[in-house]
Amino acid sequence: MAQLNMVQAINLALRQEMERDGRIVILGEDVGRDGGVFRVTEGLQECFGAERVIDTPLSESALVGMAIGMAAYGLRPVAEIQFMGFIYAAFDQLFTHAARLRSRSRGRFTCPLLVRTPYGAGIKAPELHEESSEAFFCHMPGIKVVVPSGPYTAKGLLLSALRDPDPVLFLEPTRLYRLIREEVPEDDYTIPLGQARLACQGKDVTVIAWGSMLERVMKAIGPRGAEVIDLLTLNPCDMETILASVRRTGRAVIVHEAVKSGGFGAEIAATIAGEAILYLRAPVLRVTAPDVTMPLSRLQDSYLPTVEQISRAIDDVMRY
Amino acid sequence: MFNAAYIPRDEQPAMPEELLASFAVRRLGILDEQGNVDEALMPSLSGTEIMRIYEAMLLARTFDERALALQREGRLGTYPPFLGQEASQVGSALALTPADWLFPSYREMGVHLTLGYPASQLFQYWAGDERGQLTPDRFNIFPFCVSVGTHILHAVGAAMAARYRQDPVVAVAWFGDGATSKGDFHEGFNMAGVFRLPVVFICQNNQWAISIPLKGQTATATLAQKAIAYGFDGVQVDGNDVFAVHRATVEAIAKARSGGGPTFIECLTYRMGDHTTADDASRYRSPDEVAAWRERDPILRLERYMAQQGLWDEGYGKEAKTRMTATIDEAVRAMEALPPPVAAEMFEHTCATLNPRQAGQLKEL
Ligand SMILES: Cc1ncc(C[n+]2csc(CCOP(=O)(O)OP(=O)(O)O)c2C)c(N)n1
Ligand SMILES: [Mg+2]
Repeated sequence: MAQLNMVQAINLALRQEMERDGRIVILGEDVGRDGGVFRVTEGLQECFGAERVIDTPLSESALVGMAIGMAAYGLRPVAEIQFMGFIYAAFDQLFTHAARLRSRSRGRFTCPLLVRTPYGAGIKAPELHEESSEAFFCHMPGIKVVVPSGPYTAKGLLLSALRDPDPVLFLEPTRLYRLIREEVPEDDYTIPLGQARLACQGKDVTVIAWGSMLERVMKAIGPRGAEVIDLLTLNPCDMETILASVRRTGRAVIVHEAVKSGGFGAEIAATIAGEAILYLRAPVLRVTAPDVTMPLSRLQDSYLPTVEQISRAIDDVMRY
Repeated sequence: MFNAAYIPRDEQPAMPEELLASFAVRRLGILDEQGNVDEALMPSLSGTEIMRIYEAMLLARTFDERALALQREGRLGTYPPFLGQEASQVGSALALTPADWLFPSYREMGVHLTLGYPASQLFQYWAGDERGQLTPDRFNIFPFCVSVGTHILHAVGAAMAARYRQDPVVAVAWFGDGATSKGDFHEGFNMAGVFRLPVVFICQNNQWAISIPLKGQTATATLAQKAIAYGFDGVQVDGNDVFAVHRATVEAIAKARSGGGPTFIECLTYRMGDHTTADDASRYRSPDEVAAWRERDPILRLERYMAQQGLWDEGYGKEAKTRMTATIDEAVRAMEALPPPVAAEMFEHTCATLNPRQAGQLKEL
């Protein structure tokens, strides 16, 4: 087994699945000759040709809109949005069409497309390159939202996403692209969408996180009896795993990079309140970015949840 | 240092100027309001074929009239009439094969009917029942697109997929004049041009987007000319002339199918009715304008031509109308005999399978 970083793991998954499935076509800005700005699609155009790894004009709505037409026709398009900050032009296509084509056509047309996009903070990039706006997309029945937390989960989730019969938004935390190396099997293995992963077991407090925050959570828990849930898929969210854990521990802390109000943490907290309140010993806490416009890199340490803030929140709920 | 700004004007060398490109916009018309045709341009159609075109237009109009009446009686929901646009719809639909992929807006019921999409399902959709959009397997017709212009991209994508698969399939999108102001029009046209895709764009320029007239939508003299900027042909046709629409579409489809790339066809027509049954067009346009267009009615001029050719008389016209009415009566009966949709159907097609949360919500219904 090779030690791979997340860029290499995603590249491997794409390559292997393209060999297996001739319906997969990649399209995006700079994905071909340049191999993508993060090099995630490096070498794929050489391997599969310019008809399968298509360099397109700068046109986000068309990337997703065309992928919808291609998917309905019978292909499995993979559209890359270069940075999540530029996905909003394609929001209409995702909400108005990708998420509802199956329903509107009463099952006659389906939309097995994958939209991949780098997201989240930590790369000192210009404005709009570092936000986490996953919650917008979790408000769309019909679209799955997936966030890997490292190379191993990235490959397994991506293979599932590439075989899913419905649209999937695959959010790749840029900070993790080269941060972690892990054993990633060459073999075909999948991690089912819609299932959370227990990153570690504990009986005193449940900490729920996804993507790049997971790494900070693991640093923050220390020797306390924390059970850490790595959500992996936000929509549909594996509430059953969360609820089962909270019923055992009686405490919950939710950590996300995105701003607090209307963040996906609110959905989790509301579900815990609705279905496990009698098991709670402490208030459900959220550790998130504040409700402000995201600053450029100089202030990001003050903006993003820190290991210390997460640790303090765990202490807070443990006091009850 | 040499700096051009310091040279007195009259001492500056004349900048050479060259003409890099110039463009022309064609307009195609074959059948005039009196029913005369330009023989040189007239497609070769047999008498039977012309009667088929006429009856398709008559069926479309009969459907539209009935839909309006049903809406007034509360038996349909809000409905967008297409009175006056029959030639644009029927003429283009007849140029297609069943293998082609079609992407209509919400006002193209004439296309559906011409191809044989069940009229009962069209009524069903406008009566608020989504099952009307379950396209029969023999067609590749996308659901009506209510979000103006956004479906242009789907046609472009389908064309890309058809080419990838090397299928001799053309994708066709219909949309209104209002749609040409949308970003997706630009993005779709640009992609189609860059990749030379087998796609035909048909704009039904009915000159109104609800209350916004064409001049409020664009500063260009035609919509057809917009194609030039994307590197492919655009042509304006008389949208009330079924022969012109048919000819332009046949040519565009043949070109697309043989690898010649996209075409934009602007059908210049007129929306005779209100935008929808919820609209009152008298608030924003004059009765004179509407009356002038009544003279250019696409069915009337075809009847005049057919009468000249000995293909139409009042008896035949009445008999054909009676047949169309019977067909539509039957479709209404079939639609109203359908069992009502049940609430559980909402859950059926959100995704291929229900997730645990949805399954729980279904139980709580
Ligand atoms: C994106 C979008 N914006 C606004 C509307 C509301 N609306 C429905 S139809 C319409 C006018 C469309 O005009 P046009 O494209 O010319 O088509 P027509 O209705 O004339 O066939 C408007 C503004 C909509 N459905 N979609
Ligand atoms: Mg219009």
